[in-house]
Amino acid sequence: MTTTAPTEIKEPEVIETTDLDRPWKVLVWNDPINLMSYVSFVFQKLFGYSGEKAHQLMLDVHYKGKAVVSHGPREKAELDVFRLHEHGLWATMEHDS
Amino acid sequence: MGDHGARQLSPFLPRRVVRRDRHGGYLLNLGDDDRAVLRQLGPQFSSLLDEPDQPVLRRLFPPAYAEPAHADKQEEYRRLMQEDLVARHREEFDLLVKVADAEHLSEEELLAWSRALNSLRLVLGTFLDVQEDDERRTPASTEEALYQWLTYLLGEAIDALAVGT
Repeated sequence: MTTTAPTEIKEPEVIETTDLDRPWKVLVWNDPINLMSYVSFVFQKLFGYSGEKAHQLMLDVHYKGKAVVSHGPREKAELDVFRLHEHGLWATMEHDS
Repeated sequence: MGDHGARQLSPFLPRRVVRRDRHGGYLLNLGDDDRAVLRQLGPQFSSLLDEPDQPVLRRLFPPAYAEPAHADKQEEYRRLMQEDLVARHREEFDLLVKVADAEHLSEEELLAWSRALNSLRLVLGTFLDVQEDDERRTPASTEEALYQWLTYLLGEAIDALAVGT
């Protein structure tokens, strides 16, 4: 039995990703109108977060000016942004670097 | 956020506006004056949506893509989604009229009512240029009084909803 050297398969070092493939993050920004209790409640309702997690995210929005509330491909991020806008929250999306 | 002055009003309105009932729904304890105002606000704000691009409505339609590099995506998003968002806000404002005559609300109705109250606050707050550190004060205008009253109602609705979570 002869052994052959395993064929070397050259994987490209850098996998090219198109703009569409790159993941996105959804941010909620602080604003002077929305109520803390309302923001917390919306996070629980839309994302199924526990009261504790939703409260922490709300505090981040309030004290740090913004918080990342979800991640995902473009379509999911757009849907999350839309649902947040429906609820009056100031949400935007950016590439998840 | 806009919590300043929300609860200080409660001594003047000691009753609970929204209470959970025994059947998973909610009782709405609004006075005739409250109901009359809400009945008026619905169509008034709904008609504002005929021109969704006016500056006072900007908080109802924030950009999804805020970065300049994604201006093209924002344009596409707006073209595809704005109409739906206008329709959703219109449904909410129309609901205000229906709720103005209701004694009982389902959870879904109370959720939609909360969104409506919040949308009214966003528009009024933009009009009044509400700032983060605004102290609660005696309202200097009808709009300011209305804003504080809506803040109170929304707080009551969220308190009632949050009991179930």
